[in-house]
Amino acid sequence: MSEDFLRIAHVSKRFGGVTAVDDADLAIARGEFFSLLGPSGCGKTTLLRMIAGFEYPSAGDIFVEGARITDLPPNQRPSNMVFQSYAIFPHLNVFDNIAYGLRKAKLKRAELRKRVEDALAMIKLDGFGARRADQLSGGQRQRVALARALVQRPKVLLLDEPLGALDKRLREAMQIELRQLQKSVGITFVFVTHDQEEALALSDRVAVMSGGRILQIASPRELYEAPNCREVADFIGEINFFDGVVRARDGERATLDAGAAGTMTVAAPDAAGTKLLLALRPEKISLSAAGGRVAGTVAAAAYLGERSHYNIRIAGRDAPVSVAAQNTAAQAGHKVGEAVHLDWSDDAVLILRS
Amino acid sequence: MRVKVAMGGVTARLARFYRRSEGARGLALLSPTMIIMVAALAAPLALLTLYSFWTQAGYGVDTTLTLAQYADSLGRPTYRALFYRSIEISAAVTLITVLLAYPMAYFVAFGVEKSKFIWLILLTIPFWTSYLLRIFAWKLILGYNGVINSGLMSLGLIHAPLEFLLYNPFAVVVALAHAWAPFAILPIYVSLEKIDRSLLEAASDLGDGPVRRFLRVTLPLSLPGVIGAAVLIFVPTTGDYVTPALVGGSGGVMIANVIEEQFDKVGNWPLGAALAIASMAAVGIATLLFTGAMRAAARRIH
Repeated sequence: MSEDFLRIAHVSKRFGGVTAVDDADLAIARGEFFSLLGPSGCGKTTLLRMIAGFEYPSAGDIFVEGARITDLPPNQRPSNMVFQSYAIFPHLNVFDNIAYGLRKAKLKRAELRKRVEDALAMIKLDGFGARRADQLSGGQRQRVALARALVQRPKVLLLDEPLGALDKRLREAMQIELRQLQKSVGITFVFVTHDQEEALALSDRVAVMSGGRILQIASPRELYEAPNCREVADFIGEINFFDGVVRARDGERATLDAGAAGTMTVAAPDAAGTKLLLALRPEKISLSAAGGRVAGTVAAAAYLGERSHYNIRIAGRDAPVSVAAQNTAAQAGHKVGEAVHLDWSDDAVLILRS
Repeated sequence: MRVKVAMGGVTARLARFYRRSEGARGLALLSPTMIIMVAALAAPLALLTLYSFWTQAGYGVDTTLTLAQYADSLGRPTYRALFYRSIEISAAVTLITVLLAYPMAYFVAFGVEKSKFIWLILLTIPFWTSYLLRIFAWKLILGYNGVINSGLMSLGLIHAPLEFLLYNPFAVVVALAHAWAPFAILPIYVSLEKIDRSLLEAASDLGDGPVRRFLRVTLPLSLPGVIGAAVLIFVPTTGDYVTPALVGGSGGVMIANVIEEQFDKVGNWPLGAALAIASMAAVGIATLLFTGAMRAAARRIH
């Protein structure tokens, strides 16, 4: 269990009759960038707040380096938090905000000044020490909140949707900075977000949550390429679902009948007659004017710059098939109403059991 | 016809001016209050100021401008002592009221989850009866044969009634502190209620226990409410007249009682006016010093 730096052991939290977190059980390694991902109300923030000590679990335990911290108040925990609202103290300037947690440590004046100034340099806000909180932009406030927590040298840094309030460009720049920062300081990050792109871009591993339960814990690639259930597949990126029935078996492989999507042969151990849920990512489907598995017509087309997004209507299926195609010099793009053919490799088909 | 058209033109132009000029609209909104303020406050105040530079001559007034009344007001030891006592009593009232109000405001802001409204209404209960009735109630409680004395005597704790309860500055402070409590609770409550709860969590997260967190975050952020409450109590209680007249006795006389005497029994209006203006100035200076000191203190907190 030496790998379990932060261990959340069968933790549940009930508010009155509502179960906010239902038997969360996971272990996070030292130095890992771990994300809790899910829609609002899925319990991810409650779980984070239990690690921070702002909520106490109704059941279960939390350990850091093997030490049980379940009942410790927030000020005695080895973690620090970056709040969604940043929670910058409005009556203090930037320097005093960052120095807030250090004043208790009885550091020498010079040592304190040095640590705060190093932190300001780390977040590229040198010389901002005397600024008041209301003189900072959203991005700067976010950095100050980050520095204020990191200067404490916590064992675990908890981040509650820290990039949610920033505009898209700034958010993307901060994502890169955050990731670099985490690698350089080597602190374990637990990051809460509802933005799946953000979670995939930043994390070593992601826990997908829904309705208080953890659905899957996996690396970003695995979550996208091998989701373990319909909910995860649906939440991470876009996806097309098909119902399929096993028609014939040949050793490890099964031939499926997927109705309007035709037949395909996939690696599946199921017996003939078994019903399966199949899923196919939009970018794994190719479009061409002629030649392919299924014929259809373009119902809607959206030009998104480097790629285009199409909804293709095919015979025998109510929901249109969503297809993403790269816009290359050769690919001119398809117009609404155009007849197209869809093709994909059998290996791209995901099989979901839930 | 032509006149009507011209009139219409004027009204239309006025209406347009009214819509476009923010100043005109502001003035229109202010004017009802302004009229009352000018007629009932500014004009009498101007008259009072004028009187303070005159001299009483028999039943009439000598209108030669002079500073004699001010020299008298500030020079005579009796009046100076009364100024000091008034400031001391109302400073004590302010301090006690704010100290007692803060926990109540804190409780409603942080301790009450739902129906805060009902709690706030309950806090205004002292206002539901007339101020005079409340003072007479205090006389019944603090009096020689009052509730406290007869209670303590029937319990056998004392043999003779305590005499320090009524007709002294103590009684004035008690009655005033009780009467002004809601004025302190409400501004403090509002400033506490406004504090973002995540700031308190951040303070805990950064290592503060409950006491340090209160001193470093809650108190400084609620200081505007505390200053507001203090000023709101200090200014009117310094000039309070009814309370010292009824429960103050001879030792609890405040400056307003002397001002009243000058206008009524003594009949020296210019001296009364000078005392009134001087007491206004004293309150103003004390308030400025106090708020300045509080703000300076707030800046020093880390």
